[in-house]
Amino acid sequence: MNSSPENLFTETPQVRRKLRQETCAKWVFASMAGLMIIPLLLILGYLVQRAWPSLSLGFLLDVPTHGMRDGGVWPAFVGTIYLVFLSLAVSAPIGILAAVYLNEYARDNWFNRIINLAVINLAGVPSIVHALFGLGAFVYAARFGCSIVSASLTLAIMTLPVIIASTREALASVPRSFREACWNVGATRWQTIRAVVLPNAISGILTGIILQVSRAAGETAPIMFTGAVFFKAVQKGAILPYSLTDQCMALSMHLFTLATQVPDVKESIPFATAVVLMGSVLLVNTAAIGLRLYLRAHKKW
Amino acid sequence: MPTTRRRSSRPAWAVLGERGFEVLIYLCGISAIVFVLGIFFFVFKEAFPVLRNPDFHLGQFLFSQEWYPTSEVHKRYGVLAMIAGTFSVTALAMVIAVPFGLGAAIYLSEFCGGKMRETLKIVIELLAAIPSVVWGFIGLTVMSRLIVRFTGAPVGVNVLNGGIILALMSVPIIVSIAEDALKAVPDSFREAGIALGATRWQLVWRVLLPAARTGLLAAVLLGVARGVGETMAVLMATGHAVHIPHSLLDSVRTLTANIAAELGEAPAGSDHYQVLFLTGVLLFALTFAVNLAADLVVRGIRRK
Repeated sequence: MNSSPENLFTETPQVRRKLRQETCAKWVFASMAGLMIIPLLLILGYLVQRAWPSLSLGFLLDVPTHGMRDGGVWPAFVGTIYLVFLSLAVSAPIGILAAVYLNEYARDNWFNRIINLAVINLAGVPSIVHALFGLGAFVYAARFGCSIVSASLTLAIMTLPVIIASTREALASVPRSFREACWNVGATRWQTIRAVVLPNAISGILTGIILQVSRAAGETAPIMFTGAVFFKAVQKGAILPYSLTDQCMALSMHLFTLATQVPDVKESIPFATAVVLMGSVLLVNTAAIGLRLYLRAHKKW
Repeated sequence: MPTTRRRSSRPAWAVLGERGFEVLIYLCGISAIVFVLGIFFFVFKEAFPVLRNPDFHLGQFLFSQEWYPTSEVHKRYGVLAMIAGTFSVTALAMVIAVPFGLGAAIYLSEFCGGKMRETLKIVIELLAAIPSVVWGFIGLTVMSRLIVRFTGAPVGVNVLNGGIILALMSVPIIVSIAEDALKAVPDSFREAGIALGATRWQLVWRVLLPAARTGLLAAVLLGVARGVGETMAVLMATGHAVHIPHSLLDSVRTLTANIAAELGEAPAGSDHYQVLFLTGVLLFALTFAVNLAADLVVRGIRRK
């Protein structure tokens, strides 16, 4: 009916309905995104509020007292640092070299497809199965006993696939022309990787590894039976309280214990432990994300 | 001019060193296979003796809901109730997380502007980093109190609690993978839709969702895998009752939580200990199947 040229661009009821639907859909999706995030921020805020009476630098630096009902989290905090650094010291080199193999050397054949599949499946293994593996392989078969070594190795295998994946992504983002230029001046494959590929990908690789710091720090199940204990007496102010064959406390384990096993804990202490754990994890992650944003803004190519 | 000239060669140690390094790289490359096989081997090795035990029946293990590992007279190891627990909690989590996750992914990739998208993606990435034990703690303290207040349930740690916590945990994964899937739809599809006068909503509903179908399915599958494998959060948030749940407010125990709760008390090498490892084998097989399915789905996209 309204097909004369001057009416072509006026809104028909259909167009209006269409636009109404559009706005409606937009708000529905926006509220879905919001509903996912806002309650969480509220919960996190609530945790901080409940933890407030205990939160102080002293809480971080003190040892647990009165059968873990009072005091701080220092032994657990140091234990977590031990576990994280040892596990990444193992998994980062292996993971980086594995990613170099998959990205730079591997051809697309059945064998390398199986490797890829193995990486994906290793990433999907439940953390409690990692714990069973660590118990069977490191604690009993390798006779490391329940120790920091066993727990770190278990965590290392857990973080390995993600390090492989993130390193591969970093290596793949180095343009192929860089490699070709290097090959053309007569460099071998490894020389190219060492002189051109790795230096250009190092920032991406580092970001991936930093993100795994927080993952390793937060995991509880894999270390529960392989090296973490409920309580270990540590002198106040000790910087390096554990040896590698000791068992150790860990923040995540400490939180689990406080929340479920210890009766009559002072109200705010488990909350404060949760906030310390979450805060350190989020801090490390924010640093990694910040580094990534900075590097993306200052990319050379 | 001489027709042949000796190539100036690098010193032998450099050539050998490089060769050695390449072997090392190759070894690291195959390490993933070694570790996956190693996990299966060691977990299965500890579980194996129980399969040859005349008192143990695999059928009973899978299909009986009687779990009495420490009974004096008649020990029974049936994990059906735990399987039901795992599935009920995971299913509830997916019912909540899938619509919200996909909705948020659609909002992120199609409706919101650049700055907003960057911010939301960072927030989601940070949410994904919160440790599972903290989630469990939230379930135990905050969520259980809310559930008791609003539903009048006698205990707050139950299927509903575990499902909500697990949903909150798996939403970030679903969002990021679903967003990748939507982003992988070529822009020409969007341009064609817009040229026909479609609104964004029509575009999403008629073009993008069908085109990104497989990727979205993979996102859901990985969410399921996370739900089945999650340990600490469900251990703390679902209560500890070993029985098949009849309502959302029943307490349950999942396969993962069962291992985590009882492994510490089972003496190494005992039947109980071996059955727990067998549960591990079952879990490994379950998540392996789900991950494999997700991978095949994703591979299907790439081939297209």
